[in-house]
Amino acid sequence: MSTDIKNEWPLWEVFIRSKQGLDHKHVGSLHAADAQMAIENARDVYTRRMEGVSIWVVESKYIHASNPSDAASLYDPANDKAYRHPTFYDLPDEVKHM
Amino acid sequence: MEKGFEEIFQDKIDKEIRIEPKDWMPEKYRQTLIRQISQHAHSEIVGMLPEGNWITRAPNLRRKAILLAKVQDEAGHGLYLYSAAETLGITRDEMYEQLHSGKAKYSSIFNYPTLSWADIGAIGWLVDGAAIMNQVPLCRSSFGPYARAMVRVCKEESFHQRQGFEILLTLSKGTQAQKKMAQNAIDRWWWPSVMMFGPKDDESPNTIQSMKWKIKRFTNDELRQKFIDICAEQIKVLGLIIPDKDLKWNESTGHYDFGKINWDEFWQVVQGNGPCNKERLETRKRAWEEGAWVREAASAYAEKRKQKQSLNAA
Repeated sequence: MSTDIKNEWPLWEVFIRSKQGLDHKHVGSLHAADAQMAIENARDVYTRRMEGVSIWVVESKYIHASNPSDAASLYDPANDKAYRHPTFYDLPDEVKHM
Repeated sequence: MEKGFEEIFQDKIDKEIRIEPKDWMPEKYRQTLIRQISQHAHSEIVGMLPEGNWITRAPNLRRKAILLAKVQDEAGHGLYLYSAAETLGITRDEMYEQLHSGKAKYSSIFNYPTLSWADIGAIGWLVDGAAIMNQVPLCRSSFGPYARAMVRVCKEESFHQRQGFEILLTLSKGTQAQKKMAQNAIDRWWWPSVMMFGPKDDESPNTIQSMKWKIKRFTNDELRQKFIDICAEQIKVLGLIIPDKDLKWNESTGHYDFGKINWDEFWQVVQGNGPCNKERLETRKRAWEEGAWVREAASAYAEKRKQKQSLNAA
């Protein structure tokens, strides 16, 4: 059985807008050979119960993430390219008069 | 130095602060989660097989469409979980290698055969029911991606259980042959479902550490008791019986007493000697091998397009 890991399809992070007016939310990741396949796979995996969606896919290697702010960052060398899921971004509750 | 990080980590756990992929974590926490999440994912994918077996033989079009949707959901659940496991540093190919080589396990319930349409009902009611019992608390598991995957899974899982119960309900109101088919399926799926909760607490060495790290929120026996209590009531609606002559309401404990579990059978199946272990694994390996050309073609095509685009740009 061949498992040529070098040929594994790249990993993509998926963001979905489930309804007009909502922002895209990170929902997870998937493997796909290219962007078109990533979008089609994202539709199959992450939108089976949502209508009128917008899907963003970004190759995981292009996501840059900040380091966790606590002392634990001393333990792991800083690495701002996330292979893993980026930490969920906190949005302010509602932005009023700016 | 390391002790400090352990304390900070445990403090987060105790305060119900979720651990995210880039946070420091004990290596054992990481490895435990990789094993648990990947095996959970494998279970979903292998779990498609016993039910997939009946898609072409569903009694009518509506039931076929529903079963297709359920099996499709299981594929999706597997994918959410693989995706969560990958955040911990294992690759998809490595996980498949572990499954195909037998190094990784999957829930042993899926090593039983589906012999009749009623089995699809029993699986929905009992197997998905047990899974839900296990998965709802996992929505509060300490590792963020796992907990979030579980929230998504639980939303989808409740239709699974209802469709299963509805199948059995329909059969239980049918002909004598249909009632018998339903009871027969319950007779075969009851004990394996009870075993889904794993070994007894005092024979489950990982439980203590998993509870301390809040990977696991309830013990095996706690969940098993809850499941039995609920099913013992639900079966009354079907007018059928649970195949346990020792099943009896205990007024003083407020729970149902139940009979002895055949732990020999449990360990035999876990170790690979169940009715369908070999067949399940061969099916998965064949799917992987026969799909190789698709994976390679897709990669080759993507590479060709990329080169063409950079040539055009130049």
